[in-house]
Amino acid sequence: MRSHRARFLSIGIASAVLTAMLAACSSGSSSSSSPPATKSPILIGASLSMSGDFSADGQAFLKGYELWVQDVNAAGGLLGRQVKLVWLPDDSQVTTVTNNYNKLISVDHVNLLFGPFSSTLTAPAEQVAARNGFAFIEGAGGSPAVFSSPANVADHNLFDVSLPIEDTLAPFAQYLASLPASQRPKTAAYPMADDIFGYPPVQVAQGIMSKAGITTVYSHIFPEEVPDYAPAADNVAAKHPDVVVLGSTDVPTVAAFMKAFQQQHFVPKYFACAAGPDQGTAFTSVVGVGNADGMMVPNGWYPGSTNPQSQTMVAEYIAKYGGTASGVNADVAEAYSVGEVAAQAITATNGTVNAKIMSYLHSGVTMSSVQGPVKFDSLGRNGDLTAYMFQWQNGKFVQVLPIGAAGTVKLLAPKPAWTSG
Amino acid sequence: MATELIRAVINGILGGGVYALMAVGLTLIFGVLDIINIAQGVMVVLGAYLSYALSVHLHIDLFVGLLITIPAMFLIGVTVQWAFIRPLRGSERTSMSLLASYAVAIVIEGFLYLAFGPNFVTLNASYVTQSVHLLGFYLPDIEIYGFAMAVALVAALYAILYRTRFGQSVRATMQDRTAAILVGIDVNRVSALTYGIGVAVTAAGGMIFGASGGGFNPNSGYDLISRLLALIILAGLGSIGGALVASVFMLTVESIVDIWQPTWSVAVFYAALVIVLMVKPTGLFGRQAVRAQ
Repeated sequence: MRSHRARFLSIGIASAVLTAMLAACSSGSSSSSSPPATKSPILIGASLSMSGDFSADGQAFLKGYELWVQDVNAAGGLLGRQVKLVWLPDDSQVTTVTNNYNKLISVDHVNLLFGPFSSTLTAPAEQVAARNGFAFIEGAGGSPAVFSSPANVADHNLFDVSLPIEDTLAPFAQYLASLPASQRPKTAAYPMADDIFGYPPVQVAQGIMSKAGITTVYSHIFPEEVPDYAPAADNVAAKHPDVVVLGSTDVPTVAAFMKAFQQQHFVPKYFACAAGPDQGTAFTSVVGVGNADGMMVPNGWYPGSTNPQSQTMVAEYIAKYGGTASGVNADVAEAYSVGEVAAQAITATNGTVNAKIMSYLHSGVTMSSVQGPVKFDSLGRNGDLTAYMFQWQNGKFVQVLPIGAAGTVKLLAPKPAWTSG
Repeated sequence: MATELIRAVINGILGGGVYALMAVGLTLIFGVLDIINIAQGVMVVLGAYLSYALSVHLHIDLFVGLLITIPAMFLIGVTVQWAFIRPLRGSERTSMSLLASYAVAIVIEGFLYLAFGPNFVTLNASYVTQSVHLLGFYLPDIEIYGFAMAVALVAALYAILYRTRFGQSVRATMQDRTAAILVGIDVNRVSALTYGIGVAVTAAGGMIFGASGGGFNPNSGYDLISRLLALIILAGLGSIGGALVASVFMLTVESIVDIWQPTWSVAVFYAALVIVLMVKPTGLFGRQAVRAQ
């Protein structure tokens, strides 16, 4: 029988050996001379909508994030560390997105957070990030209500890489206002979905167009949760406005109005939407390529952009997911841009300390992305992006405003008649 | 203003027909089985997707496709009732049926996401965007067909219920399940077939829903179910003809309010329900009235 002394001695030797082994391992993983594979990955957490109202956009966002992760890791990662996306599905629900970000922070211990899709989900998610001292870089929460949330006003942790939505329809409104009186439309209708993304840009456009003498014949906010928009659309069609500026948030809203207008034999001379026609094939497959002609939507990016980063991203997207350039959803570019800005911030601050990242992003530095330059103001708005207006013409998604900008083609007006598909 | 009101009434009548097609099956199922089929909204979407698959992959016309989708949905309904609803027993049966049917809804939705993805789709045909010009108003063809189909299906259901032995069994089961068992009616068979019929009717509702709106995806059923439940409660649970009347009434009220203040239309929709229930708690054609027939 072994003595107690011998037993304790063997335990002590084993413990010392184990401790030495652990020390060797940990020092190896943090050593700058170690190969990248041994460094812990940078964990980036995100909540994405795989079902629910935002499922189509959520899936596009996931593709954008994953494409960026793939590209970054192929180039050796960030600071010698591979990037790993940790994402959770949120069913397009506010309560789920809040729980998700709490879990990503407290259970998954992610280093950084990326935003979800939509202002509706970004607002509550950003509050979770603010409470925990995280920077919140996002690409689809551009509503004024998001920037002016109490959490962001207090902590300045929100960074929206995309165009703030409030002024997105201003170039269109200014274009109409600038037309000679004989060519300027006489009347306009402004149906708006009851959503923090849907009505702000339309109200700004209405202000500009009303000042230019374009009479408002319809201006109402309609409930978005109703699955039937025909009554609102029929009421708009009955007024026969020259211009329809639709405060839409998704493809079905736009498609419902288009279908109702077609049934009422009404074609507006100009038909602009806050969102929907920028969804590529997700839009044209529902409304038909022929009917898409003339439909306009604002955005800070389009697949035909001559930005070299954008062209590379589009080519990689097609190689990975198939399809054509016109079919690339704008959400993909928004998500990819989030990754690009995060990468630049991590590299510049030499780490993933959120406080340093926030300071860097608020330093007035101009960064680059597939959507163009990114520079944040104190509330995280990217004021450096230009609001472009795009239009479907002969199956292609082209830039039509601002006039004279590189890549702008002639605006198609009046909108062509409806077709059978 | 008169023109707008007339247009609103027309929208209400035609739109009510579309909703009646979706609600009739729900109220039939409740009338016989005493269960609330929360999966009804997803069943509507399933019917729409079946029509979509036949139209896109086999180029079968939407209405011709009903000859396939209605029997298919009938079989799905019978299977669901046998697998998930029949095993429920006891005094908590009605409340458990909510959970069971919700589980069915989740399963169907998941299957639809796997099969069709999250992108919105729509049902297309030449008559989907065409309309009839009548007395200065354009009436969409698809909604006229939907209303006509709703009337025809309600009439067919009445014929089944009041002109067939099976219908006798159904009415007996609705009146008193225990007594029906005692007189030798196979209530399990009646329940299964009735559930199947309720879901089969939904195939027609799904097709019209998919063709008349701006697009649907697997999640679209959740926007529907609260409205369908409100309609059948207003009608009186179990009242088939009442479902048609209630649908027309509620959609007309909503369309009229839409003229002045669209944001109020949803509130008015449910406020009208509350007001009617305060005056007549069993609904417009309440269960006592149905069972007295």
